[in-house]
Amino acid sequence: MSDFKSNNKVVNWVEERLPIFSMMQHSAIEYPTPRNLNYWWNFGSLAAVMLIIMILTGLFLAMNYSSHTSLAFDSVERIMRDVNYGWLLRYLHANGASMFFILVYIHIFRGLYYGSYKAPREILWFLGIAIFLAMMATGFMGYVLPWGQMSFWGATVITNLFSAFPVVGDFIVTLLWGGFSVDNPTLNRFFALHFLLPFVIVGLVGMHVWALHTVKSNNPLGIDMKGPQDSIPFHPYYTIKDLYGVSLFMMFYLAVVFWAPNFFGEPDNYIPANPMVTPPHIVPEWYYLPFYAILRAFTMDLWIIPAKLQGVLAMFAAILILFALPWLDSSKVRSAKFRPLYRQFFWLFLVDCLILGYVGGKPAEGILIKVGQFCTAYYFGHFLVILPLLARIEKPKPLPASISQPVIKAAALGLMILVGLAGFTGQAQASGGEGPALKKPDAGFSWEGVFGRYDRPTLKRGWQVFHDVCSACHSMKLVAYRNLADIGFTADEIKEIAAEKEVQDGPNDEGAMFMRPARASDRIVAPFANEKAAMAANGGALPPDLSLMNKARTNGPYYVYSLMLGYEDAAPEGHPIPEGKSFNHYFPGNAISMPMVVSDDIVTYADGTKATKEQISKDVVTFLNWAAEPELDARKGMGAKVMIFLAVLTALLYALKRQIWKDVH
Amino acid sequence: MADQAHNAQPSSVDGQTRRDFLLYATSAVGAVGTGIALWPFVHSMNPAADTLALSTTDVDISAIKPGQSVTVVWRGKPVFVRRRLPEEVAVAEQVNISELREPQKDSERAKKPEWLILIGVCTHLGCVPLGQKPADPKGEFGGWFCPCHGSHYDTSGRIRKGPAPANLPVPPYQFTSDTTVRIG
Ligand code: FES
Repeated sequence: MSDFKSNNKVVNWVEERLPIFSMMQHSAIEYPTPRNLNYWWNFGSLAAVMLIIMILTGLFLAMNYSSHTSLAFDSVERIMRDVNYGWLLRYLHANGASMFFILVYIHIFRGLYYGSYKAPREILWFLGIAIFLAMMATGFMGYVLPWGQMSFWGATVITNLFSAFPVVGDFIVTLLWGGFSVDNPTLNRFFALHFLLPFVIVGLVGMHVWALHTVKSNNPLGIDMKGPQDSIPFHPYYTIKDLYGVSLFMMFYLAVVFWAPNFFGEPDNYIPANPMVTPPHIVPEWYYLPFYAILRAFTMDLWIIPAKLQGVLAMFAAILILFALPWLDSSKVRSAKFRPLYRQFFWLFLVDCLILGYVGGKPAEGILIKVGQFCTAYYFGHFLVILPLLARIEKPKPLPASISQPVIKAAALGLMILVGLAGFTGQAQASGGEGPALKKPDAGFSWEGVFGRYDRPTLKRGWQVFHDVCSACHSMKLVAYRNLADIGFTADEIKEIAAEKEVQDGPNDEGAMFMRPARASDRIVAPFANEKAAMAANGGALPPDLSLMNKARTNGPYYVYSLMLGYEDAAPEGHPIPEGKSFNHYFPGNAISMPMVVSDDIVTYADGTKATKEQISKDVVTFLNWAAEPELDARKGMGAKVMIFLAVLTALLYALKRQIWKDVH
Repeated sequence: MADQAHNAQPSSVDGQTRRDFLLYATSAVGAVGTGIALWPFVHSMNPAADTLALSTTDVDISAIKPGQSVTVVWRGKPVFVRRRLPEEVAVAEQVNISELREPQKDSERAKKPEWLILIGVCTHLGCVPLGQKPADPKGEFGGWFCPCHGSHYDTSGRIRKGPAPANLPVPPYQFTSDTTVRIG
């Protein structure tokens, strides 16, 4: 470290007092790195980049978020609708969490494959597990903050895990809640902790890197660097390789953000939290699913340990067992490349985890219960039986003498993990969606696809349908009259539309509340004063608010479209419907309180379009989609520009990387 | 280190130029991209659409007697509405505006001479000046007096003495009827 010299006096002055330049020189520039690292070694630096993005987006979201149960949901929607680029920050953050876990899971499995947990890297491995645990806690608490149905019920289920512990269980749960159920105190403390924990992760990452630089990187061959011919300096070789990886990854990440921002999310979380109603399927975020499956695998009480406690202990043990891994696997050979048996069991273990993830995302029914139990047994068997045995009986292949001997590429391996991952995350989505196949309009919706945009005339007609028909019963609380400018109304037209309704204002100078005509800045006035009034006027059923309807149902636009057109005049044979309800093919349970409203010519379109019931349904669904995702046009427009930019940047980085590396290969 | 260093050396002068070009091009593109990416973060701190939309306040002025003032809230700030006495208007109109720190005629500051409408925030460092209530000190010029650092405003809300650099600003407003005024 002392060999650092500079011609710059200021640099030397600082260096003598704080050796920061020599530290950077030592650990970020000269740092000797194995020359044979493959692209699986990119995921550590990618995860670090992701952590920075999460902290940045999180910081700016926190500036606009309110952690009170009565404000949280609306404040998130305000971020989506009113805060400048708020939709971008929120989608970056929400999808960033999923990306972070994808990267870290790949990073962990890379470590498992190449034996990166073995001596002398045990502490490096422990710190990694600590980071993983902290991420899980942070992700869980972050998911609670939007205060939707999944937030609330996820928080309820996960905090109740602790009630399984004998004696202290209930005490812990009450302490976590700060009350008798998940409520405002819980939300407040989760927000505080969600803000704190990422900085704990930063600290852990610092130690992780410190430990790494002490013991140096493992490599695909799993053998130690024997001399200078085996290593290259970190800069420029791995700085450029990492940057190239970051750019490629950003294309993937941002494609999700701009074109499928709700892919990893649950529609139920666009319904405000309701402590009285649990959604039919509650599923945790996809990254917890394997552990969720292990939790549910225990169904029989054993001696004094009830099934509930077994499940909770097993779930924690599934992670904690990773701490014992360096000793459970006592084979001296690190890389699976030279361990023909371990390599096969590695893949079996990966498949086992993917199946657990699949099972965790499905309702616990039928054969899946048995599958989950088998895979749980295998999970622990892998660590407790297979690995110790393999270390004894396996005959490793001969190790090469040194790293500088050529190495094989692992492209096939990469493909397999990506395919597995795609299936895994797709699975998290597929929950729900039973019932008949949904109808779609003949020509589709204009906003679908990569380049699809809203069609203004359709939106205007849709507004007319909402205004003339739907709004008699349904509210749309999150949309303001001023927002109608977006679909092509002029300021004067908006004033007129708003003035049709009255809102309460006040108090005036005498202290009395009074009614005044609504203004452009007011939210669309609801047809009923409150939920009770709405229910009383609708035979006890609450017409749901339509602001987020298209996002709050699986395949929302098709579902709503089908629902409009799915009525039967009389209930078919064998499907009795209670008095006062209608039969609808697409409504869960078929008995719907809303009567059939859409029929031909129920509205007369101002633009002369023929008002068939298909046309009406398509128009209003388009309008509802705009109400739920007003940012869609801006989002896709920005996405296209960002992708072009990233394509250029990635190409440049690739060319530069080849230039830099051409004498090494 | 020494024996790795040659790896970093491009094999020819041509290669060196090509590598330099790529390095500069990539750095430039990357820097521009990072810069642009920061804008959404910064802009998210600007007023949001709903904040901007809440920008009008209606004031009922029918109950304000001559010589009285009321304070209303507009965009989270106090707005002074004063129904001036004829003598206050006369004083304000007679001032030789070339002597003022920010020269403005009284007629430029009040649409109807009787009604003076001002944003009640001192142009020095943002305190709310006194002078709205009958018992308040109104300063040496009979308008408003800012107690924070001693700025005196006249009956037209113009700065006459003290550290403030400018007159009390006039918000956009219109008389929507004989008894109401809409601010914003
Ligand atoms: S703020 Fe009014 S005088 Fe300084």
